Amino acid sequence: MKVALFITCLADQFFADAGVAAVRLLRHLGCTVEFPSGQTCCGQPAYNAGYWAQARQVADHTLDVLEGAEYVVLPSGSCTAMLRNFYLELYRDRPKMFNRANALSRKTYELAEFIVKVLGVSQLGQGLLGKRIAYHHGCHALRELGIKQEPLTLLRGSGAELVDWVAAEECCGFGGLFSVKLPEVALGMADRKLSTLPLGQIDFLTSADGGCMLHLMGRIRNQNLSLPVRPLATVLWEAVG
Amino acid sequence: MKASARRYPQEAARLLREHPEVRASVTGATLSFDSKRRQAYAEVEAEAWRRWAEGVKNHLLMNLDRYLLQAEEKLKQNSVQVHWAEDAVEAQRIVAEIARKAGVRKVVKAKTMVSEELGINPLLEGMGLEVLETDLGEYIIQLLHQPPSHIVGPAIHLNLEQIRRLFHERFQTPLEASPEELAAVARKLLRDGFLQADMGISGGNFVVAETGTLALIENEGNIRLVTSAPRIHVALVGLEKLLPRFSDLSVFLSLTARAATGQRLGTFVSLIQGPKKPDEPDGPQEVHVVFVDNGRSSLLADPEAWETLRCVRCAACLNACPVYRQTGGHPYGYVYSGPIGAILSPGLVGLEETTPLPYASSLCGACFQACPVRIPIPRLLLTWRNRAVEQGLTPKLEAAAIQAYALAMTNPRVYRLATKALRLLPEKALDNTVLPVLKAWTEGRAGLTPSPKSFQQMWEAGEV
Repeated sequence: MKVALFITCLADQFFADAGVAAVRLLRHLGCTVEFPSGQTCCGQPAYNAGYWAQARQVADHTLDVLEGAEYVVLPSGSCTAMLRNFYLELYRDRPKMFNRANALSRKTYELAEFIVKVLGVSQLGQGLLGKRIAYHHGCHALRELGIKQEPLTLLRGSGAELVDWVAAEECCGFGGLFSVKLPEVALGMADRKLSTLPLGQIDFLTSADGGCMLHLMGRIRNQNLSLPVRPLATVLWEAVG
Repeated sequence: MKASARRYPQEAARLLREHPEVRASVTGATLSFDSKRRQAYAEVEAEAWRRWAEGVKNHLLMNLDRYLLQAEEKLKQNSVQVHWAEDAVEAQRIVAEIARKAGVRKVVKAKTMVSEELGINPLLEGMGLEVLETDLGEYIIQLLHQPPSHIVGPAIHLNLEQIRRLFHERFQTPLEASPEELAAVARKLLRDGFLQADMGISGGNFVVAETGTLALIENEGNIRLVTSAPRIHVALVGLEKLLPRFSDLSVFLSLTARAATGQRLGTFVSLIQGPKKPDEPDGPQEVHVVFVDNGRSSLLADPEAWETLRCVRCAACLNACPVYRQTGGHPYGYVYSGPIGAILSPGLVGLEETTPLPYASSLCGACFQACPVRIPIPRLLLTWRNRAVEQGLTPKLEAAAIQAYALAMTNPRVYRLATKALRLLPEKALDNTVLPVLKAWTEGRAGLTPSPKSFQQMWEAGEV
């Protein structure tokens, strides 16, 4: 199966190792991984801030870059939502582009979702045996795309114990530009989310979303909490063992 | 009420800094409401109820002209006097006229958001009338001269200590009084108010067009007294609060209670069918319904934002919102706060006065999942943001930054250069920057550290 990896700008710049892990994992599962050149950002920062003309420019570019891919896989729930759902909104009055966006929408998957739903794999290995993990659901993956069980299935299937986290499904306060437009509110949200974690009982926190992780990691370091944060792709590659 | 929403970002930050107790009160109360709401939804086929309610409200809104006329006809048949207010000024004139004609001196009020919207209390007080809020939370904030912080729980931002202190100062109750004792003091005061009042003012959860029935949901019993003890009852009702058929109430009464407080039904539901009849011992001599437009019909004509008018004011979206939870409603600067306020306020008072509100969201989508009539709040927030950009209401620096971003992201060579540049910055450069965006990031968060090489660089070097 041929898979085009859309690395997403945040993973490209801040979680490059997670990208490498995603490639290794997909190859391990029998996929041929391509990395279409010229890829940049999905355009979500502009879209969410209301700058739809600029978002469309970036979306145009991404549609060109990903033209012809069999499957597109992203190590990010939020950017998957952009490609799968929000491009359709951006092009709703432009039938020709809408059709191209729709074709992309139908072949685009978040990494864990792709592994479970398309590859039909729910067990990667036993590499996470005994690990106690807190899973942060990115809001777009969870509520926009309905991805909830897929990452949990893969983590549990590899021997990890998922800790009970009452606020697991609450927003961490990242929200893209939200985190710098309303920093005090965003930090309050991060604190609320982190304050509900049973810190001593966790080996690390993981998530599919780079933005959330940067925000939470930044707050964790600022508050001197001891809680490692690791990208889902890296953890899933480890799960293989 | 005049909107002061322009200062939302500053006011939210100030509140978090200066009054951390508000965050604690609001978070505690909304989490409790929200979890009760989930339980109450889980008891029924909530998804089917929500879709059905959405359909009924859509049908109503598509045929609103017809249903308004039908409601007027039925209300009149029930001897209810019907008034039409195009805006706040007209509504004020109507209410003032009713009060003046009947020689009203004392007014009791049930909790009504539309009355806040129309500025009814300042109006009546300006006429020299005595106005008493009879919902306990509303009474407390009336004593404090504050606007409501929540659609259903107006005093949600206060904790027990603050209320104890207030009652101690005003009514000499002991500082350690229990909530029950405090409620008993208020109850006595409010009872006297009900008995002395000439006029009661309420809102309306629903008006049934088919039968001219005014439906009111509550838990304290004060609405029943407001609408039955004084000789005049005035109900202020937004145009969108209609329901086509009486049988629609069967789902809407329960769905609204479940969404608002997690109850199967409000403790009291009043179905008002007109003034006291000759053979009835109690009830008002006059019942007035004032249908209020105040921006609603132009919102209805808005092809992208009209769905906002399905709102039943249950506040489920406020309770579900992690952003609202940080501050409560006051920083939003208008009657309606939280997610619904962020899309309703621009629709009612215009985007120019309310530009920051659609940005008061991380777009997490929890509001949409909670909404009993499935208003696509995240999509509408984005629509208003886009309009703010199109109308040039966003900061110039931001617009320029987004322009530069789009340029870099549509040009892989520029993106590559930026990738390199990011890695040439001296260590800690991202910590102590003068760029406002990065400064906003690093105040409260550790700085950003890029990977030694970007993924793209690794791929191109054959390292993957």
